[in-house]
Amino acid sequence: MSDSRALYEQVILDHNKDPRNFKVLEDADHTIEGFNPLCGDHFTIYLNMDGETITEVAFHGAGCAISKSSASVMTTLLKGKTRKEAEHLFEKFHAMITSSPEVPVDEEGIGKLRVFSGVRDYPVRIKCATLAWHAVISGIEGKDNAITTE
Amino acid sequence: MSLSSDETILSTPLDVERIRQDFPILATHVNGKPLVYLDNAATSQTPKQVVQAIADYYNTSNSNVHRGVHRLSQVATDQYEMARKKVARFLGAPLVCEVIFTSGTTEGINLIAQTYGRQHVGKGDEILVTHMEHHSNIVPWQMLCEEKGATLKVVPVDEKGDIIFEEYEKLLSPRTKLVAAVHVSNALGTVNPVKQMIEAAHAMNIPVLLDGAQSTPHMPINIKDLDVDFFVCSGHKMYGPTGIGVLYGKGKYLEAMPPYKGGGDMILSVSFEKTVFNSLPYKFEAGTPHIEGTIALGATVDYLNAVGMVAIARHEQMLMNYGEEALQAVDGLRFIGQAREKAGVISFVMEHAHPHDIGQILDEHGVAIRAGHHCAQPIMKHFNVPATARASFAMYNTKEEIDALVNALHAVNKVFA
Ligand SMILES: Cc1ncc(COP(=O)(O)O)c(C=O)c1O
Repeated sequence: MSDSRALYEQVILDHNKDPRNFKVLEDADHTIEGFNPLCGDHFTIYLNMDGETITEVAFHGAGCAISKSSASVMTTLLKGKTRKEAEHLFEKFHAMITSSPEVPVDEEGIGKLRVFSGVRDYPVRIKCATLAWHAVISGIEGKDNAITTE
Repeated sequence: MSLSSDETILSTPLDVERIRQDFPILATHVNGKPLVYLDNAATSQTPKQVVQAIADYYNTSNSNVHRGVHRLSQVATDQYEMARKKVARFLGAPLVCEVIFTSGTTEGINLIAQTYGRQHVGKGDEILVTHMEHHSNIVPWQMLCEEKGATLKVVPVDEKGDIIFEEYEKLLSPRTKLVAAVHVSNALGTVNPVKQMIEAAHAMNIPVLLDGAQSTPHMPINIKDLDVDFFVCSGHKMYGPTGIGVLYGKGKYLEAMPPYKGGGDMILSVSFEKTVFNSLPYKFEAGTPHIEGTIALGATVDYLNAVGMVAIARHEQMLMNYGEEALQAVDGLRFIGQAREKAGVISFVMEHAHPHDIGQILDEHGVAIRAGHHCAQPIMKHFNVPATARASFAMYNTKEEIDALVNALHAVNKVFA
């Protein structure tokens, strides 16, 4: 039984309405565009790095509640993290939302991202939830091209 | 064939309750709620008479067509060719041999681009499309233009969703080799003034291709009356099966066009020195065709004739008027596309919810709509939206279903507003 109240957690709705770090960073070290061709989500992610460390992340654009809140929550988590830590967090996040809804959520190290666990019941929304993450990861790996979820 | 009862002509208004009995899928429940299917522009549902025609074919006449002297092959061939006659009459095609079966609208357009297009379009030439085309009537022409050094020109659309006719006339030029236009827009519901468009193009000896994917299910089509040169449509959008579609072309063009695919059936004789191509329509039907789909499309046409396309159009127009009125009660809802004449489609956005989220919440209420760019990104951009939510109607939809849509949209606002 799908009940979208489980998908649209309060935290998600809050970040959707009032996204954090939602701005254009003119002179960012990395600027990456992320598209979801299926539903037309389109965000630009801005990233500043000091060596291995992320010093600033912001995003701008338009998308559904899941993609927008996921981008917003992500920006609040990544500041101050190293490249490795960011990649590790994404791996954890990805593993969680692609895990079976039948098994308990693996909470270890996932923190605030747990609010997205409802996505497990809606496989088509995985792309929404990971769009900004894919963009950020390609940015910290130095690939500033546009990415798509296809 | 007839409807479930023996009556062949239903009086108007449509007896929707009886029609619904012919579509068992409409009894589906989603999340414990009755299915409200409003995604007909993507794919419409299929009546059991058509499903039965498919079963009958496999149970009684399955065999290859045009190839055997044995009984089953003759039966299958007769049924296959009978379907062509039915479809020709349904669309008002002047000649039966001008009706070619394809896999759908997309293949029909690609066929014309790769044959007529490659033969006639050269460097500096132009193809004219409108700003509201489906990607399937954009990309094949872009590919052709790229190959030939030609240019794709675009007829602008106003803020209501109508083409700007004066601009269209100005864009017609001696360089224009083809006008390729959507008859009814799947993204906006706009019914284009195709008769006038065709007249204006013909005045300059320019042929016209109509993408009839969304007009065929919603209104009577008369190709002869339209005097259109090419017309394409898809079975699955007109209550028929997937994987089958129709390409109509005027004989004078089809005769002169090179074949699209090579293979069996499209030849008269083959030697390694020389191949003689078959006559129309077989020149364009290489290989074993979608026999079951074609026969089922014939059965679909029977069904539509029995209900009556005029009655269907009238019923859907009533739903559209009712829907546009009812949706105004939803806070923050804005229509995308309010053309002078519309058919079958209400496209909208909401202030507080993205179309994708609207679609998700609606699904929970059993209401199926489409959320996205509808394979028509240029017109989305024109309206400055990334996507819309779209409710699209069919003969079996009811006012009560629109009420269910409106209630579900209020629930969307409860979550997001
Ligand atoms: C206006 C229009 N043209 C073309 C198509 C493509 O049809 P098909 O996918 O059946 O080839 C569609 C389907 O969405 C359509 O709505």
